[in-house]
Amino acid sequence: MLLIPCPWCGPRDEIEFSYGGEAHIAYPAEPDELSDAQWADFLFMRHNPKGDFSERWYHSSGCRRWFNVIRSTVTHEIRAVYRIGEPPPEAGS
Amino acid sequence: MSFDGSGFWRAAEPKPAYEVVVVGGGGHGLSTAYYLARNYGITDVAVLEKGWLGGGNMARNTTIIRSNYLWDESAAIYEHSLKLWEDLERELEFDIQFSQRGVLNLAHDLGDVRSSLRRVNANRLNAVDGEWLSPAEVANFCPIINISPDVRYPVLGATLQRRGGVARHDKVAWAYARAADRLGVDIVEHCEVRGFDVRQGHMTSVETSRGSIRATKVALAAAGHTSVLASMLGLRLPLQSHPLQALVSVLLEPVLNCIVMSNAVHVYVSQADKGELVMGAGIDAYNSYAQRGSFHVIEHQLAAAIQLFPIFRNAKLLRTWGGIVDVSPDASPILGTTPIDGLFLNCGWGTGGFKATPGSGHVYAETIANSKPGPLAQPFALERFETGALIDEHGAAAVAH
Repeated sequence: MLLIPCPWCGPRDEIEFSYGGEAHIAYPAEPDELSDAQWADFLFMRHNPKGDFSERWYHSSGCRRWFNVIRSTVTHEIRAVYRIGEPPPEAGS
Repeated sequence: MSFDGSGFWRAAEPKPAYEVVVVGGGGHGLSTAYYLARNYGITDVAVLEKGWLGGGNMARNTTIIRSNYLWDESAAIYEHSLKLWEDLERELEFDIQFSQRGVLNLAHDLGDVRSSLRRVNANRLNAVDGEWLSPAEVANFCPIINISPDVRYPVLGATLQRRGGVARHDKVAWAYARAADRLGVDIVEHCEVRGFDVRQGHMTSVETSRGSIRATKVALAAAGHTSVLASMLGLRLPLQSHPLQALVSVLLEPVLNCIVMSNAVHVYVSQADKGELVMGAGIDAYNSYAQRGSFHVIEHQLAAAIQLFPIFRNAKLLRTWGGIVDVSPDASPILGTTPIDGLFLNCGWGTGGFKATPGSGHVYAETIANSKPGPLAQPFALERFETGALIDEHGAAAVAH
């Protein structure tokens, strides 16, 4: 089980959290201008790296706040945790 | 005859060029190569496997075979696969321990009951066998299920596909490997793909840990690692790789005569011929390539299993493991051509690829041979994420496949 350091509550067991998938996917600035291919990219296409991955977690059984995590999909090591709105730190810092 | 594989296929050295290179020596890659050779006479084929043959998800799944999917497109391809399964031992001349012992999908609330009945009716309209069983009929078919109304998730009935069953998964890989090898296909193990050479939109060669191999047709069959390969080509895919865990108990006397799946309580279970109870659950929520997941998933599925089967209460857990499954947004596979000429895609089978092994390879071979999908593959094209013609089998097709 993952031990996830919530930036508001500190380290808690994974079962307190819900997963939110890839982080930093912004809603299109000009949605009326998007082609079908651009919509498909926004809605469905996702990075799926074997390595460090920026992802969102939600502390659903705790403070009920969203935050971002950089985690290795190879080792499950959590490399960084940062709050929504903060820029992603350099991986490994 | 030994089952270590040594007698079943040649350990081929990669040649400098092939007509078709299949990337991935699991069930789908091997069946693809076999049907390319058998159905289309394309024998200048290499199957490249970075590890050992059938050592990924093909050795990790819970071996369940069924075709009781809700939507027409899914029912068509999975039923096509089931029909191939029914003749596979004869065709491949190999005992794969195919056993049509029936698959029960339990319903635990009114919503389950309604969607189950809908699915049975949809299946019958598609000439897929299906029945609805009352709780008493469930207990009659599978006596060890607890049908007491006093449990947290009472059994309100179940669908039954009698033609559903299991097969010994690694023997399926060996059977296809031997049959493909006999037709001239080169099976190259310990050969990792590290890059591709694409010129003016056309596939020209594959870079591997054992040298460069020219091929104008390259067919991916790499399951959870498809995104890794696609990223080498700058191709974005709607896939996320997740751990899917399974487990076995110690060997027990025969107690379970069928396959039981439960969507609401997240467990599916059968008993192997050797005697282990084989169980699987849903995916771990997070992305991973680690071939392991979190233990709370195992705890959750065992709690569900013990409530459904009180007789399992004292069974000992022997072993757990994980595989990496590539999950698509609509829980349906992606099969077909790509924007790169000569690159073919077969992925996104998620948690349910084993049952599709014959059918997937069969229609993928057709797609590769003709450079365009046939009628069974066509709805599963990558373009559906642009057109919106999704095939939403989330939940609709009963449990985590």
